[in-house]
Amino acid sequence: MKQLITFIKKEFHHILRDKRSMLVLIGLPVIQLLIFGFAITNEVRNTNIAILDNAKDEATQNIITRIESSQYFDIDRTLKTNQQIEKAFKTGRIKVAIVFQQNFQNELVHTNKAQLQIIADATDPNQATTLTNYISTIVMDYQSELNQQNNLPYTIKTEMRMLYNPQLKGAYTSVPGVMGMILLLISAMMTSIAIVKEKELGTMEILLVSPMKPWLVIISKVIPYFIISLINVATILILSVFVLGLPIQGSLLLLIGSTILYIFCALSLGLLISTVTDTQQAAMLISLLGLMFPVVMLSGYAFPIANMPLVLQVLSNFVPAKWYIIIVKGVMIKGIDITQIWKELLILLMMTAIFLTISVKRFKIRL
Amino acid sequence: MNREVVIKTDKLTKKFGDFIAASEITFEVFKGEIFGFLGANGAGKTTAMKMLIGISKPSYGKAQIAGFDVYKQTEQIKKNIGYMSQKFSLYEDLTIKENINLFGGIYGLSGKQIETKSNELIIKLNLYKEADKLVGSLPLGWKQKLAFSIAILHEPKIVFLDEPTGGVDPITRRQFWDMIYEAAHNGITVFVTTHYMDEAEYCDRVSIMVDGVIKALDSPAELKKQFNAISMDDVFLRLARGAQRGD
Amino acid sequence: MRTLLFLLRKEFLQIFRNKLILRMIFALPLIQLILLPYAATYEMKNITLSVVDHDHSEYSRKLINKFTTSGYFQLTDYSETYDQALDQVEKDVADLIIEIPQGFERDLIRESETKIVIAANAISGQTAGLAVAYSNLIIKDFNNDVRAEWLPQSRFNTIPVIEITGSNWFNSQMNYKKFIVPGVLALLVTLVGYLMSSLNIVKEKEVGTIEQLNVSPIKKYHFILSKLIPFWVLGLIVMSIGFVISFIVYGIYPEGSFWIGYLFAGVYLVALLGFGLLTSIYAETQQQAMFIAYFFMLVFILLGGLFSPTENMPDWARYLTYINPVSYLIEVMRMLVLKGSSFWALRYHFLIITGFAVVFNGLAIWNYKKTV
Repeated sequence: MKQLITFIKKEFHHILRDKRSMLVLIGLPVIQLLIFGFAITNEVRNTNIAILDNAKDEATQNIITRIESSQYFDIDRTLKTNQQIEKAFKTGRIKVAIVFQQNFQNELVHTNKAQLQIIADATDPNQATTLTNYISTIVMDYQSELNQQNNLPYTIKTEMRMLYNPQLKGAYTSVPGVMGMILLLISAMMTSIAIVKEKELGTMEILLVSPMKPWLVIISKVIPYFIISLINVATILILSVFVLGLPIQGSLLLLIGSTILYIFCALSLGLLISTVTDTQQAAMLISLLGLMFPVVMLSGYAFPIANMPLVLQVLSNFVPAKWYIIIVKGVMIKGIDITQIWKELLILLMMTAIFLTISVKRFKIRL
Repeated sequence: MNREVVIKTDKLTKKFGDFIAASEITFEVFKGEIFGFLGANGAGKTTAMKMLIGISKPSYGKAQIAGFDVYKQTEQIKKNIGYMSQKFSLYEDLTIKENINLFGGIYGLSGKQIETKSNELIIKLNLYKEADKLVGSLPLGWKQKLAFSIAILHEPKIVFLDEPTGGVDPITRRQFWDMIYEAAHNGITVFVTTHYMDEAEYCDRVSIMVDGVIKALDSPAELKKQFNAISMDDVFLRLARGAQRGD
Repeated sequence: MRTLLFLLRKEFLQIFRNKLILRMIFALPLIQLILLPYAATYEMKNITLSVVDHDHSEYSRKLINKFTTSGYFQLTDYSETYDQALDQVEKDVADLIIEIPQGFERDLIRESETKIVIAANAISGQTAGLAVAYSNLIIKDFNNDVRAEWLPQSRFNTIPVIEITGSNWFNSQMNYKKFIVPGVLALLVTLVGYLMSSLNIVKEKEVGTIEQLNVSPIKKYHFILSKLIPFWVLGLIVMSIGFVISFIVYGIYPEGSFWIGYLFAGVYLVALLGFGLLTSIYAETQQQAMFIAYFFMLVFILLGGLFSPTENMPDWARYLTYINPVSYLIEVMRMLVLKGSSFWALRYHFLIITGFAVVFNGLAIWNYKKTV
């Protein structure tokens, strides 16, 4: 036991001495959360648009003023011809162009029909749809104000309820996602690299011929990253609650318990990677390209799994982060209890057991 | 005796903050000489050597290597010296031939020269079978001999060896020193740091460094006489007794 | 110049000798390129729906039918109560609840106004937003159906209506893959280039071979070039394979000129690799380099506009995207692939990325010291 503590101390010294890495380890989740919480939003703003007003009458002026005062759009007034607008689309200067027909107001008053065209840069189809909808809404508002005297009959009004996340905050998806990602990064990637580093520099042999049992050597390498992971969990939770205003609806104990299980799972995955690689670069590439991407893409954190092709839906089941994110969302945001997540917990437990068994077997073969 | 001086230092000093790693080092090394640079770990040998080979700027003092100034002419110095570090530094993921090619090319040897040298070297070290194997797969002793041969491939005026025989068995060490003698015989000046005192006996002259200062400098025989000692080991122990640094 | 050739031969030999890494450099990004665009889709097709119908009338059934035949929604169950439906959402069985009150049909026809409840699982704001938008469309449509049924044609035409026609340029089929594939390609080229270059010099430091080079008379720019060129070539090869895969798997090829694409990627890679080498020179160990590389990679990608439009970001984040080289490559790739933009249209992008290349490589050469 005393030996073990000495070894753990040695590992901690290694890690703590490297100030830059520590800074990244502790700072990364903070920056990630802040970017997700404040920089990445689905709300439209500051979008450059052009308006080709072929009528220049009261009605078009009215609509333009409304668009301008909406704060969503910046109107580029230098663009006045079709050609200029086409060019502006090609250089990416504008995302939308609005074209009013000639005699807009006249047509509207006398024939009860006027035409307006919204041209959107559909490079990003979602953005195009969203922007078109925003502008349509503004125009429809103007129209219904014109028609105030004739209220539309036979209308179904809807009461919208946004469950769990009434303000549609991005943090509700990003916090569970960031937790799934960061913990995997630190636990799997860092431990695999730390172990492979000793192999690469030849110091592993020295450790293994010492009177310490090999598995104690491994445990001592793993514990510091375990502790750093816990620190990160604490930072993430504190930030989420106090800065991003995210509630913890369910039991904190259950949340932390499942998190520890997930960290174990990630650590055993890191161990597994370290047994199949010989150089730090290889361990890093496997972790980053082979692990991080599936986690971002297939865990259901960035993109809904239900929309994916069947093959990917099946594959997603092998990504531990998917199950962990379901647990975090459930416990933290929906406030459900263990009876509704025991399946996910069991799957994580089984994955951990499988990773550990394979790595122990491979480890023995190599010795 | 009027011999050509190839290394000349005058009060060469390196400070790291308040710590004086090498203090006012003054000595001369002659052409074709085997000069031993002795000292305990931490005495400042490596620091001093790094200033001489142009990868560490002195805090003050003067030094000329092969006639070039260590402040301004480091790149000319580098053309005229060979270097082998205590950390084995050939590329382990390249074969013997590829390593020879690389370093031959870096020092500007022509393709023909490289080929001749490469063949000579492989014959001399008896490495026919291994020539296309990765350096990483060779035993340590072979690597060291190979590293030395590559360090003098471009026939430098001076070769600097930083504890070249660390961790090598006695027989290989003996062979290694035979190679050093041969190089010196061919007119290459050898500047070697070591902490094996039996190796000190092989040198023409040795300097002994304690706590960043050169405490003694002469031929091994003279030093033994001067300190009334039976071996260089003895000389060293007497000098190093008062040392503050080291492990 | 000859020295550079020797150094280059060494770098290439080392890269090709390490079969595991070589395989990963090529295989992993390409697998990602094949899989990711299928995963990265916001196209909503299967919004699951739990219906609570208290009215059981003809109109309530018509409304529900309108939802289920729209192609966006999939009915999972009819719940007896709202709480029961809520349970389905909690278990992630349903994304959306529609509650139709008793008297829905009666109120609609007699009072000309009625009300229903739509509740969406809003943990993902994006998904919820789209689900609600689709619901609104369907309800609006339903309203018009009812009006058409009950109102005389004449009253319809007395209301002034602005007809809005939308047209979607550059991607008229609204193919999300056309948007995401060029972005992912840019990302993969970046990942391979940046990771490999940021780990390279520091590895020589850690193993000790760099000292042997430092005591040799090689020039600093020779050294930097010998590190840059191999990864530059690798990066362009990865990009070429990526183009081929985009065409075979997705049928996507640039509307614009390939050469402009290669020219831009060429300059971009010089900039990126310069930054990678700078990271490598700054780091003391490979582990540290990986941390730093990971950090920058993450920030570059998140603020690069790959998934979310940079226009929507707050000012401070938008200014950050101006100094983010990755966002320029993503943008140029998309402009070339979808819009066929000309060199002239991309001149500012070229200018800026050239600036990055000069600055990063200048700093790399400046900071690489042959002394200790």
